[in-house]
Amino acid sequence: MAENGYRVGSFEFSSRLFVGTGKYDSFGLMKECLEASDTQVVTVAIRRDVLTPDGEAKPESILDHLDMQRYTVLPNTAGCFTAKDAIRSARLSRELLDGLGNPGANWVKLEVLADKKTLLPDPIGTLEATEALVKDDLEVLTYSTDDPILCKRLKDAGATSVMPLGSPIGSGQGILNPANIQLCLEYLKEGDPDYPVIVDAGVGTASDVAIAMELGADGVLLNTGIAGAKNPIGMARAMAHAVEAGRLAFLSGRIPRKRYASASSPLEGTFTPTTQPV
Amino acid sequence: MRVVLNGHKEIVPDGITVSGLLDQRGIEPIRVAVEINEDIVRRRTFDETVIHEGDCIEIATFVGGG
Repeated sequence: MAENGYRVGSFEFSSRLFVGTGKYDSFGLMKECLEASDTQVVTVAIRRDVLTPDGEAKPESILDHLDMQRYTVLPNTAGCFTAKDAIRSARLSRELLDGLGNPGANWVKLEVLADKKTLLPDPIGTLEATEALVKDDLEVLTYSTDDPILCKRLKDAGATSVMPLGSPIGSGQGILNPANIQLCLEYLKEGDPDYPVIVDAGVGTASDVAIAMELGADGVLLNTGIAGAKNPIGMARAMAHAVEAGRLAFLSGRIPRKRYASASSPLEGTFTPTTQPV
Repeated sequence: MRVVLNGHKEIVPDGITVSGLLDQRGIEPIRVAVEINEDIVRRRTFDETVIHEGDCIEIATFVGGG
């Protein structure tokens, strides 16, 4: 049942796991986790550069540790609370990746957040920024709440992929509303089965990834689930297996849930009631 | 002349270019994207883009993120 690659806009990948680069104890650990996860797509954030006084060494940069030949970089607009800031951030990232010669210059993971407590997307700002960045010729992967109607509106606005959340960013609560994710998938893929839907955020452990994939998602994006694990490298491996297991289970078709048991061993030919000698 | 650089008030030499500023700060141009007054400065124009009194300059780079 080996599959070929799948497409997200103009990109083609075989790994269905997108992995973030934040919150690792060291860049060395980050690198090992990315390798263990088998990912091809890594997310980064853009921030003001640290300006050091004359003659003072600059702090280590993620750019010293990220293999630009190996990974497609997916820049995010994390930390943006208005459409305007997110658009600005996306354009700066494009300029940076263009200079670095990374194919990720053509796309962006758009986040327009509503508040710091929940980091939930602001639906109105998200839609506005999607429209603007699509006009700007970027392939926009839009982070969204798991609202099927909003997801459809974002697709209609030209999003290359819609990324409904499992649960709030970094919360580790897993897939809180599988029924909604299923509706999102149904609405987004109606008459367009190859439209890529990536479940983003909230993954706490490998089974969360498997559940998202079993529902029919094309991929999963996560960061804290690996970086925050007791053994991040082990968890990165687990996530790689989970994404494969979930995908294969989806393609293979789960059995329907039944109210009562259905024996796997035949009930005929058992030894009860015991026959007494005559 | 006075400018605002990454949110801080700074003094930079009159007539300095973007390339000049990056060089002065020990920044490799390939590792940053630059905005002046919220407009992106294209990398190929770093050498000829002159900074003016009162400009708001942002020098951005990548950090880890999800």
